[in-house]
Amino acid sequence: MKRVYVNEKWCLGCHLCEYNCAFANSGERDMVKALKGRTIYPRVHIEEDDQISYAVSCRHCTDPLCVKGCIAGALSVKDGTVCIDHNKCVGCFTCILLCPYGAVSPGPDGLALKCELCLENACGAPACAAGCPNQAIVYEER
Amino acid sequence: MKHYVIIGGSIAGMNCIEGIRSVDPDGPITLISAEPDSNYCRPLISYYLEGKTDRERMRYRAPDFFAANGCEVRSGVRAEKLLPDKKQVQLSDGGVVDYDALCVATGSSPFVPRFEGLETVDETKRFFFTQLTDALSLEQAVDSTTRVLVIGAGFIGLKCAEGLTGRVAEITVCDLADRAMSSILDADSAPILERRLRANGLNLLLGDSAVRFDGCTALMKSGKTLEFDILVLAIGTRPNTALLAEAGAAVGRGVQINDRMETSLPDVWAAGDCVESVDVTTGEAGLLAILPNASLQGRCAGVNMAGGEAVFDKGIRMNSIGFYGMHIMTAGNYFTGEDGGAAYADITETRCKKLFTRDGYLTGFILVDDISHAGIYTALIRERTPLEQIDFDAVKKQPSLLPFGKTYCAQKLGGVV
Repeated sequence: MKRVYVNEKWCLGCHLCEYNCAFANSGERDMVKALKGRTIYPRVHIEEDDQISYAVSCRHCTDPLCVKGCIAGALSVKDGTVCIDHNKCVGCFTCILLCPYGAVSPGPDGLALKCELCLENACGAPACAAGCPNQAIVYEER
Repeated sequence: MKHYVIIGGSIAGMNCIEGIRSVDPDGPITLISAEPDSNYCRPLISYYLEGKTDRERMRYRAPDFFAANGCEVRSGVRAEKLLPDKKQVQLSDGGVVDYDALCVATGSSPFVPRFEGLETVDETKRFFFTQLTDALSLEQAVDSTTRVLVIGAGFIGLKCAEGLTGRVAEITVCDLADRAMSSILDADSAPILERRLRANGLNLLLGDSAVRFDGCTALMKSGKTLEFDILVLAIGTRPNTALLAEAGAAVGRGVQINDRMETSLPDVWAAGDCVESVDVTTGEAGLLAILPNASLQGRCAGVNMAGGEAVFDKGIRMNSIGFYGMHIMTAGNYFTGEDGGAAYADITETRCKKLFTRDGYLTGFILVDDISHAGIYTALIRERTPLEQIDFDAVKKQPSLLPFGKTYCAQKLGGVV
C-alpha cells in the first residue's frame, strides 16, 4: 500500500506540511479562514534541531500497537490504513501512550488525532506530501 | 477441522477470535460468555455514566462480530468445570462442549475484603463497578439527592466517581492508602491529582476507610461516621483462576503461561486479566491486568491455537487515564535508589514528569498533564533500549525521534514498520 515517507535530507523545516494538514482536515474551503488566528491541530509535526529536520506522522504500522491497546475499539486497520472513529473515541489517550513514534496527539475536542492519509477528507491523498515544496514528504509504495 | 472453544467474551476472548481467524478461516468457534452481550469495552462504563458514550458506541467490535467470524455464542452461561483428559468443558446450563483447542479468558472479579456488617447494607444499595450491568443498575439507583460512598481511590473507584459527578448530591471516596491511585502514583505526583479531584467536588478521604457498616452508615477507621445512600466497592480485582486451578493447571496469583500463552495443560491456552505475565522491566511474572495486554495476549493465543506462530513477551505495566480533563500516563516500575535505580523529575503544582532508570535502561515513568509523545518513553521501556544508544538527556526533556539518530529516523520514517 501507499504510505507517507520522509526524505529527511530534503526537508527545509518550513512547517508547510503542518498547515496543509490542518487545512485539509478543517472542512473549510478557504485556507486563511481555516487557519488564521486559530490554534492548529495538525496530524503531522516537524522535529528539528540545528542540523536536521523532518516530518513525523502515523507510520500506518503493519502491526499497530495503538489499535491493539485502544480501550474503546475506536482504532482499526482498513485496507492497511490505521483509522480512528471519533464517534467511539473517548479521549483516554492510550494510543498516545503506545505509539512509539509520537504520531498521535490530543485534538481540540479532547479526542485523539492521527493521520488517516487524507482518505477521509476532501483531499483524497495526503495534503502534506502534495504540498511539500521539496519532495521531502512523499506518498508512494515502498 | 479443529473446534475452538473460548471461555470469556471480553477483550482477550474477542482478540482470540481474530487471532484464530487470521490463520484458520473455517474451524468452528464456540464462545462461552457469562455476560448476556460481551461485545463492549468494559473500561468505558464510567464514560457511559458520564454521557460520553452510549451502548451502541461502546461496542468493541461491529455488532455482527461473532456471526461474521463464524462464532457460536453461548451467552449467559458459565463454564463450571474443565475436564482436560476428555477435552471437555461442562457448562452451568448442563451442557457439555468438546474442544480441540481451548482458550481461557475468564478475566478478573471484584475483590471484597471482610467488612463487619457489610451484609446489613441492602443489596440494592451496594455495587461493584467493573461491568456494564453494574453501570446500568447504578444509573437506575442514583438521582440528584443521592450520597455515594466509594471504597477505593484506584482506577475503578475514581473513574466511577467521575462518572457519577453531576448526577448525584455528594460523592465521598476513601482509601486506606495515604494517596490517590496509590498503585501507580507516588508521593510527588498523587497530590496533583488529589487537588484536581477535590476541585471537582469529590470528598476524598485518604488514609481512612470503612471498618464497619450498619445499614447505610459506615464507621470509619478514623472514628468518623458517614451516612450514604449508595455504596460502591472498588477495592480491587482478583484473577478468575478457579476453573483452571481445579483442572490441575499451574496457577500462582494468576494462571501461569509461557510466551505463547500455553498453560501447563495440553491444548489449553489462557489470556487477559486471569493470567500472570512476565514484566520486561523485572523479568518476573506477575499480574499485568490491563486492556492492551489482554488484547495482545488474546490474539497471540488465537494465532497459536490455529497452528500459527505468535509470541507475546513484552508485557509491561502501563496506564493512560484521565480525570476531569487531567491526563495521567504511567508505565513500568519505579525503582528507587535502594533498588539501584535513579529518577529524573520535573514537577510543578499542576504537572509532573518522572522518569525512572536502572542499569542503563528506562524502567518506568509517571506523567501528569505532560503526555505528548509519551509512547516514545513507553517504547524505550518495552524494547529495553540501552540508553547509551540514544541522547537520553534530550529525550528526558522532550520525547522525540531526534535523539535516536539519523539511521533510526531514516529506517522508521522512510520504510515500512
